[in-house]
Amino acid sequence: MSLISPEWTALLYLVSAVCFILALKGLSSPRSARRGNLIGAGGALLAVVTVFLSAKLDNIPYILIAIVVGTAIAAPIARRVQMTQMPQLVAGFNGVGGGAAALVAVLELSHNSDPWVRLAIVFTMLVGAVSFGGSAVTVAKLQELISTRPLVFPGMRWVSILVVVAALTAGGVVIATGSIGWASVLLVLGLGAGLMLVLPVGGADVPIVISLLNAFTGLAVAASGVVLGNVLLVVAGTLVGASGTILTRAMASAMGRGVSGIMFGAFRGGSTAGSTVQSERPVRSMEPDDVAVLLGYAQRVVIVPGYGLAVAQGQHAIAELATALEARGTEVVFAIHPVAGRMPGHMNVLLAEANVPYESLKEMAEVNPEFKNTDVALVVGANDVVNPAAKTSPGSPIFGMPILEVGDASQVVFLKRSMRPGFAGIENELLYDPKTALLFGDAKDSLTKVLTAVKAL
Amino acid sequence: MDPITLLTVVVLSVFVGFEVVSKVTSILHTPLMSGANAIHGIILIGAIIVAGQADDPWVLVIALLAVVLATANLVGGFVVTDRMLQMFRGRGSVTATAKASGLKGGAQ
Repeated sequence: MSLISPEWTALLYLVSAVCFILALKGLSSPRSARRGNLIGAGGALLAVVTVFLSAKLDNIPYILIAIVVGTAIAAPIARRVQMTQMPQLVAGFNGVGGGAAALVAVLELSHNSDPWVRLAIVFTMLVGAVSFGGSAVTVAKLQELISTRPLVFPGMRWVSILVVVAALTAGGVVIATGSIGWASVLLVLGLGAGLMLVLPVGGADVPIVISLLNAFTGLAVAASGVVLGNVLLVVAGTLVGASGTILTRAMASAMGRGVSGIMFGAFRGGSTAGSTVQSERPVRSMEPDDVAVLLGYAQRVVIVPGYGLAVAQGQHAIAELATALEARGTEVVFAIHPVAGRMPGHMNVLLAEANVPYESLKEMAEVNPEFKNTDVALVVGANDVVNPAAKTSPGSPIFGMPILEVGDASQVVFLKRSMRPGFAGIENELLYDPKTALLFGDAKDSLTKVLTAVKAL
Repeated sequence: MDPITLLTVVVLSVFVGFEVVSKVTSILHTPLMSGANAIHGIILIGAIIVAGQADDPWVLVIALLAVVLATANLVGGFVVTDRMLQMFRGRGSVTATAKASGLKGGAQ
């Protein structure tokens, strides 16, 4: 039974769509972001209420139970997940969304004989299944259930091509016949294509994969809106597709590489798996007390955090160090490289969790001109993102990647575990520069020692 | 719905999407991703429609599975985004919470 007219339904869906746009608009500043997200959640609630009031629905008790089950599974996970595990969670939610879209499309197949609608159905099924399969591999890589190195087997390229051709063929048959059997084959091939897409990608390139799969699920949802003739799904899916596309491009340019180079790099052997050559050249190492003096009497300090900081769980220690330095009148800012962390913007979340105020978090374009007026650049658990080889040696794998110009600061201090090169496996000339000092050890340990020494100054 | 109207909606949404998302500060790229994730969870209404029209038990089972997955996506996405965003505090409000974090830091 329909309680509200189609006009009212369309109007309420329009309000929901506007809520979603406002949710994304809110993210232009941390001040308005939380309110925006609540508006988005309100829009989603409104849409769900609207569908119950407007469509002729049977099985309502079952549907309500399914909603309760879904909430009971997701809400506790979303509340408890650690911020370092955020990439896995986002990839996981992304995968289930893609899976849901694919299932909805399969079930719509029997109601539609129009070839164009069937084309939209096939598109939704294929892209949704790719997103589900790809996200599953991404989660497994991030949780280190499987190796984070690129997984390639001989002839993989041909198997991939075969899977894609078979999937397109199955899609064609589904459009022509509407067969549910072939639709199932298509779903399985889509899952396979998702696996083949992500398995060859190395751990360092996962931020791009997450963004890309996010865009895929958005497109699948938009196409399902075409199938169901539902404008809200079209708008919501397209918005997500746009955000995923922009983030994918932003990540790729932050790595100085094309998206296709990252996705298919392992096939060509130009992946991020690097050598582990160690140099015997002398470096200047420093004790925590000396680092404390250097920092404590500086006018301006820029901290460059890398994922190594998060691995060592040193976020809270570095936040306390920043507070202690600010109490002494030193200006402290954090310089965040776009690919610091395991997903776009990840490092900002980790530092926000440690109570670093967002005004102190500076993006690369903003902070790079300021290194000239900086007394000390403190690099913690980062290497490739400050490696001048990205600018100076055209042969290096990271050449062309924009870097944080810490070399412009008067002094540079690296907190490092060892002299081992970073993810990309390239030597960092900056480590041997006369103005550079190194403090070896676990990031959290070193930071705690430096903090104690700063407090004693 | 007629194809031209649908095409109009798609094209305008693409432009609105690019316009709004390109203004998102890079500090908030992770919440952007999880928020966008939550938004595509709205596939839930599609799942509810197919479940509500199911007359075959197998169709109903698959549709309800889609409802569970979509709900997990939608609810989990908004909850985790809210949790992240409440951690982004300005300079003024950090001092108020510094005590709490100081205690937490000491306990670790």
